[in-house]
Amino acid sequence: MEALLDNAGPLLQGLLTTLWIAAVSGVGALVLGVLVAAARVSPVPVLRGVAFGYVQLFLNVPLLALLVLFVFALPDVGLLMPLTTTVVVVLVVYEAAYVAEAVRSGVNTVPLGQAEAARALGLTFLQSLRLVVLPQAVRAVVQPLGNVLIALVMNTALAAAVGVVELTSATNKVNLVEAQPIPIFAGAGVLYMLVALTIGLLSGVVERRVAIVR
Amino acid sequence: MAAMITVSAVNKYFGDLHVLRDIDLEIAPREVVVVVGPSGSGKSTLCRCLNRLETIDSGHIEIDGRPLPEEGSELARLRSEVGMVFQSFNLFGHRTVLENLVMAPVAVRKVPKAVARDRALELLDRVGLAGKADALPAQLSGGQQQRAAIARALAMEPKVMLFDEPTSALDPELVSGVLDVMADLAAEGMTMVVVTHEMGFARRVADRVVFMDAGEVVEQSTPAEFFAGARTERARSFLSKVLAH
Ligand SMILES: Nc1ncnc2c1ncn2[C@@H]1O[C@H](COP(=O)(O)OP(=O)(O)OP(=O)(O)O)[C@@H](O)[C@H]1O
Ligand SMILES: [Mg+2]
Repeated sequence: MEALLDNAGPLLQGLLTTLWIAAVSGVGALVLGVLVAAARVSPVPVLRGVAFGYVQLFLNVPLLALLVLFVFALPDVGLLMPLTTTVVVVLVVYEAAYVAEAVRSGVNTVPLGQAEAARALGLTFLQSLRLVVLPQAVRAVVQPLGNVLIALVMNTALAAAVGVVELTSATNKVNLVEAQPIPIFAGAGVLYMLVALTIGLLSGVVERRVAIVR
Repeated sequence: MAAMITVSAVNKYFGDLHVLRDIDLEIAPREVVVVVGPSGSGKSTLCRCLNRLETIDSGHIEIDGRPLPEEGSELARLRSEVGMVFQSFNLFGHRTVLENLVMAPVAVRKVPKAVARDRALELLDRVGLAGKADALPAQLSGGQQQRAAIARALAMEPKVMLFDEPTSALDPELVSGVLDVMADLAAEGMTMVVVTHEMGFARRVADRVVFMDAGEVVEQSTPAEFFAGARTERARSFLSKVLAH
């Protein structure tokens, strides 16, 4: 316990980095994921195909492989970005595939007749998505999206492998000095759990809020 | 007079299934055409092809002199001029009745919200739903939902109205309210294509009855002729079945 308290500074600094990376990537992944999902259900075959390929690609490549590729291979082809930015970019494109799947499954819960009625009234595809389909898909999507965001927070730990000092990396560094792995890593575990619980609770609240609209 | 709807040599397949076979049909402005026929004969498919909810494999469809455009903003504009009423109502479940009527005029036609609202309230009054503007669709009976759906289509001031079995999902006592609204609309001169099993409505309101079987238009005539003595055996056999109960 003492080892934890003595090192609260670097650990909290690591936690902040974790939260910051997760928040920025989370927002980015939500935006990109909704766009990919929209493309997947669009009437344009090319868009559907590209979006399908995108989702399949990122669902089937390990995140760590992507991180290593982006961090070490991109500079080789002349693409230089700050390390944290690279990690955020990788997380955004990777998690967007999961967001897209969650949103698409939500869209599939909305009866087909809703989109047909919207189209029959002259709404364009994007209008019917925005005004009719997505508002009714939201309810089914909140919990799955919450789970994607929790997974995203856990996945930020992989940034440690490419040298970003987020919570896991900071914990590791502290342990190298203190050599008390059990309390130190347990402490970090509790912090991750608190973040996950908070996201879970928040998505529960949001789900109840959107349910009342029905 | 130029036709409001022209269907020529239209064929449509679902995989191997030949659902529409060489359909030719002309519908004049202000005409009310009732489409009847056995289940699976292609009535809904024909109806849905008219505003391109289904695409056709060959042939030609024109609405008010203009060929149906490809998917895109042109098609959206054309659809806004062709009202459609579905068997399952399809009111937007997350919006009130009033919002259901206001959405498309505002989003598609850029009608100012206040204007769209006033017009929507008038329409709701006309279909007997004056008090239901702020209800959610789920709070209405089937008959009320269908009348709201008709009002929603009318809010776009369409040139043509398509009805695909608008009363088939309704309890019997709710049917007449919907049919009355449709009969009023016909009397006002709306061009209408109505797929229905309501032979009483066909008799009273239709200018022409189109009988389909197995993807073909087998026969078309005035209701008087059709019900007095259909020319084909297939139509007579269909009529004897539907008129039996
Ligand atoms: N989306 C689809 N995919 C495959 N087959 C379809 C599809 N929609 C309709 N069909 C088939 O096409 C044929 C015509 O169907 P359609 O719905 O037009 O008939 P209908 O005359 O409206 O029948 P009903 O009176 O039962 O509504 C049927 O055999 C039907 O099973
Ligand atoms: Mg049908």
